[in-house]
Amino acid sequence: MANSKSAYSFAGKKQKTDTHIIVVWVDNEAGVLARVVGLFSGRGYNIESLAVAEVDQKQNISRITIVTTGTPQVVDQIKLQLKKLVPVHKVADFKREDKNVIFKEMALFKFVANNSKLNKAFEACKNYNPVILDKTNKSNVIQITALRREIDTMSKNLKKFGLVSVSRTGAVAMTRGSEIFK
Amino acid sequence: MPKLYSGAEIVFKCLEDQNVSNIFGYPGGAVLPIYDELKNFNSIKHILVRHEQGAGHAAEGYARSTGKPGVLLVTSGPGATNAVTALTDAYMDSVPLVCITGQVPTHLIGTDAFQECDTTGITRPCTKHNWLVKDVNDLAEIMHKAFEVATTGRPGPVLVDIPKDIQFQKAQYKNYRKLKKLNGKSHNNYSQKNIDELISLISKAKKPIFYTGGGVINSGTKASEFLRELVYATGFPITSTLQGLGCFPADDNQFLGMLGMHGTYEANNAMYSCDLMINVGARFDDRITGKIDEFSPKSKKVHIDIDPSSINKNVKVDLAIVGDIKSVLTSTLKTLKKSKNNFSKSNKHQISNWWEQIQKWRSKRSLDYIGSEVTIKPQYAIERLYELTKDKDTYITTEVGQHQMWAAQHYKFNKPNRWMTSGGLGTMGYGLPAAVGVQIAHPKKLVIDIAGEASVLMTMQEMSTAVQYNLPIKIFILNNEYMGMVRQWQELLHDKNYSESYTAALPDFVKMAEAYGCVGIRAKTPEELDDKIIEMLNTDRPVIFDCLVDKQENCFPMIPSGKPHNQMLLGPKDQKEKKITGKGRTLV
Repeated sequence: MANSKSAYSFAGKKQKTDTHIIVVWVDNEAGVLARVVGLFSGRGYNIESLAVAEVDQKQNISRITIVTTGTPQVVDQIKLQLKKLVPVHKVADFKREDKNVIFKEMALFKFVANNSKLNKAFEACKNYNPVILDKTNKSNVIQITALRREIDTMSKNLKKFGLVSVSRTGAVAMTRGSEIFK
Repeated sequence: MPKLYSGAEIVFKCLEDQNVSNIFGYPGGAVLPIYDELKNFNSIKHILVRHEQGAGHAAEGYARSTGKPGVLLVTSGPGATNAVTALTDAYMDSVPLVCITGQVPTHLIGTDAFQECDTTGITRPCTKHNWLVKDVNDLAEIMHKAFEVATTGRPGPVLVDIPKDIQFQKAQYKNYRKLKKLNGKSHNNYSQKNIDELISLISKAKKPIFYTGGGVINSGTKASEFLRELVYATGFPITSTLQGLGCFPADDNQFLGMLGMHGTYEANNAMYSCDLMINVGARFDDRITGKIDEFSPKSKKVHIDIDPSSINKNVKVDLAIVGDIKSVLTSTLKTLKKSKNNFSKSNKHQISNWWEQIQKWRSKRSLDYIGSEVTIKPQYAIERLYELTKDKDTYITTEVGQHQMWAAQHYKFNKPNRWMTSGGLGTMGYGLPAAVGVQIAHPKKLVIDIAGEASVLMTMQEMSTAVQYNLPIKIFILNNEYMGMVRQWQELLHDKNYSESYTAALPDFVKMAEAYGCVGIRAKTPEELDDKIIEMLNTDRPVIFDCLVDKQENCFPMIPSGKPHNQMLLGPKDQKEKKITGKGRTLV
């Protein structure tokens, strides 16, 4: 760095990053998602997936679930910055490895193939709660719920059974047991 | 039937209830209903600026010199976008602003209407919060909440976007009732245990230092008083960031001067070598820390801040105390007095070696410069300005660049709220409109904008505002015809390739002053400088002072960015004595 010409300092050592699931309870008002997402993009944080919907119609509360990666310092910042937003009520943070938390994503697969392949496809999905949502004599649509990685693998492996289209959600999370996050 | 008010009336009723006496603004199509109501509210005086950015900076100057929120009122589209720089500036420097913008009527939003822009979208990243008012019945509550958000916790700007049809519609006025808590967002989140830990660290430290910032000033004048009390009670040295200047008297022996990129040798070395750093309301900005990996490697760090997200953001600390500076300092003082009466005396021996070391660093006299009898050295100009104004209660604003750093180094501040400068965003053109705002708040006081000729041209049009309202602000331009700081970086880092940093065809500032209807004064030699400054001070009108200074002068000392605190570049005098022949420079 001896001959650097930057007026700014240089990035320090890179730390190890972890995947975290951040759950944010917000007032369901205009622009609130933009505030949350804008905070991530504005400060250079990652969003791997995002799921958002109103969960309390009476109090107008929406629950946003964001999968993100970052160093411990960055994840801390994400939480603290989120808590500063006016419409944010509370923020929870789970590590992906956390055994006490259930993570699920949903995917819809469309297959176009002959009957034998369609059956094999359904068979292959059977560990992930498959539901046939639509069926014709040369196609079907199967819904599965699984972890991100599992859906990744599935969408790769199912190609051979005539998978032509994949639509999937972001992860949603819930703690196990009787505890709720306050 | 309760009385109904129009949206425009409600805006002013809210401002009245919030004790707003001055607003800065510029009319336009989408705020005309609000401007129409202005005549009916005599307690609120409107200051007409010449550009919406000027309104924003004036409101900032007003806010920073009074501790009250500044209010600006601008129209939709270009009015709002012009205010964005000022909002961002206020966001970076934690200045409470309430920006009211007009918007096209609700039914036209989203149609690319004339002077429409997505104001709340554009300003989302540069405000603490913003609102688009879609129902006139929400207006009063939103306005009051806007003031609350702007002024509580870490202060900052907020924006309320009001479509024109909402300004006409009628609703009841809901009286202001203080909300209990904003989602738990105003923080005083520490315990006596934290304070006890701090006291224990204080009593063990052999090489302690206070590092204070703008948070002390934002916490109110009492906070500065308590800080002084604590610093005297401990006998510890204290250094301050750019924004914190004034919270501790600069001429006191315990004060080491400003720290950071252009801070003093003693302050930066003390920060590097200390064993206890007590950060009071500062945020470990990159201009302060230099190279993060080598920042104060051997110290225990304490961080007192109202904003929890400031803790551990840039620098990991050992003890975090989240709370309002004033109340944290009160508790600390109370505990210190109870447990260790007469601490400064009993502890004197423990830190005596530290003070000896500091005196050694001090003897470098890092702010010295080589004087001249022919040309005015910019540092000399600031020194003279200080000497000739120190008996008055002077308010100083600045633009951004070399002159700003020289002002911070050589003008000695003894009171909080007397120093208004754009630190975080570094906005050239801040100082002149800020001076307008300061003078509005303090009509009888002396207000000086220490400026550079390049910066001041960016918002020069506000001289017209100053003339209109008889604001006797003094624009003290250190004119070196260069964007000085750019020129300095180019000299030191870019092989003296002065790419586009020289301003050819500068205006004649004296004639310009006359054209604006104010007074122009020019000083060319050190000999005449004092007389000219006195002439400026004796003029009870706005003055543009064109001080022609040395064009090659650089601002030292300096920590080249990406370097730690103990690798400072000192001024030419020191370099000559120590025969550092250009080697230090290639190191940058």
